[in-house]
Amino acid sequence: MAEVTLSQRLRPYRVLLASRARAQMQYRASFVTDILGTVGVGLAEFAEVWVIFHNVDVLGGLDFTAALLVFALSNLAFSLADMFVGHLDQLPRYIRAGQVDAFYVRPLPLLAQLMTSDLSLRRVGRLSVALVALTVALTTADITWSAETVALIVLSVVSGTAIFSALFTAAGGLQFFLVDGAEFTNAFTYGGSYAAQQSQQVFPDPLRIFWTFVVPTAFVAYIPAVAILDIEDPLAPTWLAWLTPLAALLAWGIAAACWRLGTRHYQGAGG
Amino acid sequence: MSIIETRDLVRDFKKTRAVDRMTFSVEPGEAVGYIGANGAGKSTTIKMLTGILKPTSGHVRTCGLDPMRQRVEVARRVGVVFGQRSQLWWDLPLRDSFAILGAIHRMDEPSTRARTDVLVEQLEMGPQLGTAVRSLSLGQRMRAEIAAALLHSPELLVLDEPTIGLDVLSKQRLREFLVAERREQGTTLLLTTHDMGDIERLCDRVLVVDHGRLAFDGTLTGLAGTVGAQRILVIDLAQPTPDLADVPGATLVESESDGLRQRLSFDAEATTVAAVLAHVSSRHEVRDLTIEEPDIEDVVRRIYAASGRG
Repeated sequence: MAEVTLSQRLRPYRVLLASRARAQMQYRASFVTDILGTVGVGLAEFAEVWVIFHNVDVLGGLDFTAALLVFALSNLAFSLADMFVGHLDQLPRYIRAGQVDAFYVRPLPLLAQLMTSDLSLRRVGRLSVALVALTVALTTADITWSAETVALIVLSVVSGTAIFSALFTAAGGLQFFLVDGAEFTNAFTYGGSYAAQQSQQVFPDPLRIFWTFVVPTAFVAYIPAVAILDIEDPLAPTWLAWLTPLAALLAWGIAAACWRLGTRHYQGAGG
Repeated sequence: MSIIETRDLVRDFKKTRAVDRMTFSVEPGEAVGYIGANGAGKSTTIKMLTGILKPTSGHVRTCGLDPMRQRVEVARRVGVVFGQRSQLWWDLPLRDSFAILGAIHRMDEPSTRARTDVLVEQLEMGPQLGTAVRSLSLGQRMRAEIAAALLHSPELLVLDEPTIGLDVLSKQRLREFLVAERREQGTTLLLTTHDMGDIERLCDRVLVVDHGRLAFDGTLTGLAGTVGAQRILVIDLAQPTPDLADVPGATLVESESDGLRQRLSFDAEATTVAAVLAHVSSRHEVRDLTIEEPDIEDVVRRIYAASGRG
């Protein structure tokens, strides 16, 4: 057989995602309303940061600009992940609709099909709020710019998105077992997103360890932010910020295990 | 090589045995009807054949492949239609579903288009290509589902209740298409159904499953013969005639219009159509006749009854 190029390998997914985008554009009015809705969600999240720093100058070692950077990085990563794979925790709905069985009789990996079965473009609302916040934070903060700083920002956004995607995937895998398990898995996905927005110094040690080593959302925003801004935190030294890809890998290891367990269970128990 | 091969296939759910030591094989080009009551184990078998469900024990091969280990390869060579769940993208025009499925099966665009054109023409779906799938009628959607399942020219087409809920005309068109497709492409058919018309028109072999066990494997005529079901000969006579009560091997069921039309039941084992007809026409002028095959649902019920269950 002829050599299959990467582009050919990816073509099914490209076509699937393009079809999802096209479908959403067909209902323009509801699409615009949806985007406005997610802008609202982004702004509400931001309001929380605003209210806190309206009352105090420094919280958990961060001033307003630093907190804004943490907010921006975590929201950017979360909304990217949510846009691409946020529907994974809707798995029970797919199962009930018989969609999962339909995926099984197509010649593509189940997870890849599920991931590309939806593309929530409406999430660009929240994404743009995060982008504006990021721009503001980066321009107003006192940053010594260098190639390393840029690399660190890019790396943290990529790894952060990967970490949240892994959380959604793990949540999806667990949904195969749990009846109405979204409540439980939301604690890790949406809870993780909330934790990622905070200065890790506000957490008591056990929680901080949890959000660093178990569900590594500390790596999404806080650890890179203190490195970018050169903030002193003995528990988050600058070099740690370069380990965000490692945290993403760890998260994906767990996600893959959850997913495999879930599909085994599905094939074992039946839908 | 068999297209489907199972040996002592078993599938347990928590407390029940859904499929019980099922052994059968289907050769290329066969058209097999897989019938039985609700919960008899039909869907479970199909799920094991396509890699959706893991067998509890036993052996299963689809196109010579292990569906659990080689699911993707099986999916390339098998087309599946689940009557109650869709393979199509409900929010896009029908045409898009074919394009997407073509990409999924790694067909290039020209061959996807060519194959789509052929199927659309045979199934007379041209006018619906631009219609969003959610706006199709049930009959149109089923034809689209079948076209979608055949897009990649599979060796085996599995149909799970393909005619459920369809009106008579839609059923008819669907069956005609499947007969033609099978004749031209040699596609192997496996279909589950509650509609015995599907079996009569489409299948040359019947598997009857009862409580997860194979209760019968053979031809439709053989099935009727096994349980001694009676065929009915409907005779139209030229003149009003007294009841044909004395035909050897046959019993009068009904006499209509002063005996212009009379229905005789006869056991296919005991006598033949020709013998019955000869006897009648030696005494009366016969204008027309039709043969009614036994109602298969009744046959299946008899099979169940014979094996001591209901």
